Amino acid sequence: MMSYTIRRLFMLIPVLFGVSIIVFSIVRAIPGDPARTILGTKASPEAIENLRESLGLDKPFFVQYGTYIKDLFAGDLGTSIRTNTPINEEIWQALFATAELTVVAMIFAIVIGLNVGVLSAWFRNSWFDYIVMVLALIGISMPVFWLGLVLQYQFAVDLDLLPTTGRENVRNPVTAITHFFLIDTIIQGDVSQFIAVVKHLILPAAALGTIPLAIIARMTRSSMLDVLNSDYIRTARAKGQKMFWVVYKHALKNAFIPVLTIIGVQSGLLLGGAILTETIFGWPGIGTYIYEAIQARDYPVVQSGILIIATIFVLINLVVDLLYAVFDPRIKYH
Amino acid sequence: MKKTLVFMFTLIAMVSLVLVGCSSDAGGDDKSGGTDGGDSDAQDTLIYGRGADATRLDPATVTDGESLKVTQQVMETLIKFKPGTTELEPGLATDWEQKDDGKTYVFELREGVKFHDGTDFNADAVVYNFERWQNGSDEDNFAYYPSMFGGFGDESVIESVEAVDEYTVEFHLRDSFAPFLKNLAMTPFAIASPEALEEGADEFEKHPVGTGPFEFAEWDKDNKIVLTKNEDYWDEGKPKLERVIFRVIDDNSARLNALKSGEIDLMDGTNPSDVESIEEDDDLEIYNRPPLSMAYFGFNVEEEPFDNKDVRVALNHAVDKESLINAFYAGQGEPAKNPMPPTVDGYNDEIEAYEYDPEKAKELLADAGYPDGFEMDLWTMSNPRPYLPEPGKIAENIQSTFGEVGVDVNIQTYEWSTYIEKVTDGEAPAFLMGWTGDNGDADNFIYTLLDEDAIGSNNMSRYANPDVHELLKDAQTEPDDEVRMELYKKAQEIIHEEAPWIPIIYSEEPLAGTANLQDYVPNPTGSEPFDEVSFK
Repeated sequence: MMSYTIRRLFMLIPVLFGVSIIVFSIVRAIPGDPARTILGTKASPEAIENLRESLGLDKPFFVQYGTYIKDLFAGDLGTSIRTNTPINEEIWQALFATAELTVVAMIFAIVIGLNVGVLSAWFRNSWFDYIVMVLALIGISMPVFWLGLVLQYQFAVDLDLLPTTGRENVRNPVTAITHFFLIDTIIQGDVSQFIAVVKHLILPAAALGTIPLAIIARMTRSSMLDVLNSDYIRTARAKGQKMFWVVYKHALKNAFIPVLTIIGVQSGLLLGGAILTETIFGWPGIGTYIYEAIQARDYPVVQSGILIIATIFVLINLVVDLLYAVFDPRIKYH
Repeated sequence: MKKTLVFMFTLIAMVSLVLVGCSSDAGGDDKSGGTDGGDSDAQDTLIYGRGADATRLDPATVTDGESLKVTQQVMETLIKFKPGTTELEPGLATDWEQKDDGKTYVFELREGVKFHDGTDFNADAVVYNFERWQNGSDEDNFAYYPSMFGGFGDESVIESVEAVDEYTVEFHLRDSFAPFLKNLAMTPFAIASPEALEEGADEFEKHPVGTGPFEFAEWDKDNKIVLTKNEDYWDEGKPKLERVIFRVIDDNSARLNALKSGEIDLMDGTNPSDVESIEEDDDLEIYNRPPLSMAYFGFNVEEEPFDNKDVRVALNHAVDKESLINAFYAGQGEPAKNPMPPTVDGYNDEIEAYEYDPEKAKELLADAGYPDGFEMDLWTMSNPRPYLPEPGKIAENIQSTFGEVGVDVNIQTYEWSTYIEKVTDGEAPAFLMGWTGDNGDADNFIYTLLDEDAIGSNNMSRYANPDVHELLKDAQTEPDDEVRMELYKKAQEIIHEEAPWIPIIYSEEPLAGTANLQDYVPNPTGSEPFDEVSFK
């Protein structure tokens, strides 16, 4: 297991190398001159030319890439063109904000998706099953930004139950310690702040979690259907086990492996979905950070931001692979 | 397996707890500004929602409105714009005088003003700031200084700035320069604390220090910027707010939702289609920014058939401005006829607009040698601009009215930064564009947008007329204001006849805010200090 993990970690290097080349090229293939975008329509041509030079944009592609990789190995993600600040300094807060949102969204998706899927399989072809599966289909097809705006309008504007945007009550902000606001408010023992943070999380997490929820529900259902038809389940029933235990204990354990794969993939994809969700909900995470950088042609931020997301994606996949062995003893890594 | 089950049930329990928690304590905690102190009902924090964050908070080095909106609260200029206008009033200078030669200006400075870091504001501070810009190299990216004052160092129209005594400053210009005072009122030329600047530009742009009504407190990137009241502000009784917070909410509809639910108090970037519903809402109000921006359809006058003046005039009759404004600007704005809005001094109101008249357009086209019309490309941008909220649809509308007079339009759409690059280089035969004025001076419109000197930058029509050039050059140095305005009026007449553009609209920017906001007066230049603003 250990040696497998280490081998997998080493395999990260070529993968990330590939990602960095792709991102570096794509970002530069987008038409539009960053110097001009930064300085705006009112700047003189000389000022634009000078900025291009100082950003190194006048150098050949491979020289630019070489410099970038050299800096990366030194742990330097580059400097944001837009804000003139090292990305190392700026990106952490954004990452923590996104991590908090995606973890909550994923918990929401897994808890509800798994249970709904199990119940659908258990009571297959019942009205519950039909309704849930139709809802799941709608959920999968729902554009995140649209769902976000509808949720906002319904729960924040119309019913006035929840805030529309942001991570905190801006008039009474949270003092950041870890930048995970749920944890920060618990450390500070401030219940009203904690509740405020939770309330700010609900809508974006629900919007972000809807697609994975629907996918997990559908996957769980089909996987459970296969397992529930197998012989050992019948045996368990014949022994007089309660159906609840048969379903949740015996069946789910075997049905969980394909679901786990989906959970892994979806967790990674959530980071992409976060860009849309964060812009709708004014969530100051990595999605907003990259979105604003794209608008301003802030190359260093776009490429380093995507590189970091790719790294997290690959790491999540590794963790999922390792978890297979935990859930299914038949799987062993050497 | 047991572990997983326990884990799952714990999770379910946690989630239910959270859901219960929120429903039992229904909303509301974001509502009023007074809750944070818990001791007062008066709202004293203004939260301003906008679509993007500031980039850097050193106004001399930026051109983006988002940064300038913030620095305008923190730093002040020698001369200010009167609320809601581009007329001038005293700022850090109490009085000024132009000497007889027209090239020397003497400014009396306000006494007893301190920067937020406790240092004194005086003549030396003014000289320090101007010398910083004057000796700028391009590396420092002082974007506005060279474009408003002709360049750095020896190229600049400002020859020298001298401290005569502690509170008197003298500016020596190389030539008389009419837009000088209005330029000084622009936010980029706000006076910064020399001591704070000494600590380095990198530090300053993250923590600006000026004399303004609000002090910089905190910047949480891509989220919020917090400013607090300057307790020692020179103008007694101001500012009336304790705090101003600028919040970033990228999406226009989401920002409006936040306004409706009371999380922000004021916002820009209102969708024109939302204006009507906001006006009907008793809790909200629309605050119109007087127009200092306009949208236009530009011809590339170097390309066939638009090198023919008659074709350009004919097509001027083929745009239905009224219906464009009603459909895409929610009626917020006025049909345009000149290359600058009527808020700018020197506007020629005697010019008669080209009426929308397809029949006449057809006739004129036939006279110009195109009885069967022709095919053309019209360029537009993919993303909205303040003066063009829906560029794609506006292009389609023009496509259909041009179609009626026999001109087939192919619409080409480009993303903004590509667009601006290609259009500036003269690649577009016809295009949609606009301009927001910087200081309300006619020079900042006509000279910047239609003089031959500006071909390759903002004169995207590549229009060059020696008579117009002479008029505009004379106007730059003409000391007598009335004579100067006559020069601009003449230039507008020639431009109207030659029709390098189809002026579309003088657009008002609708801002939306809560109805209990008091004394908020949007300035045409695009931003304003919040020193007078309070809540009812």
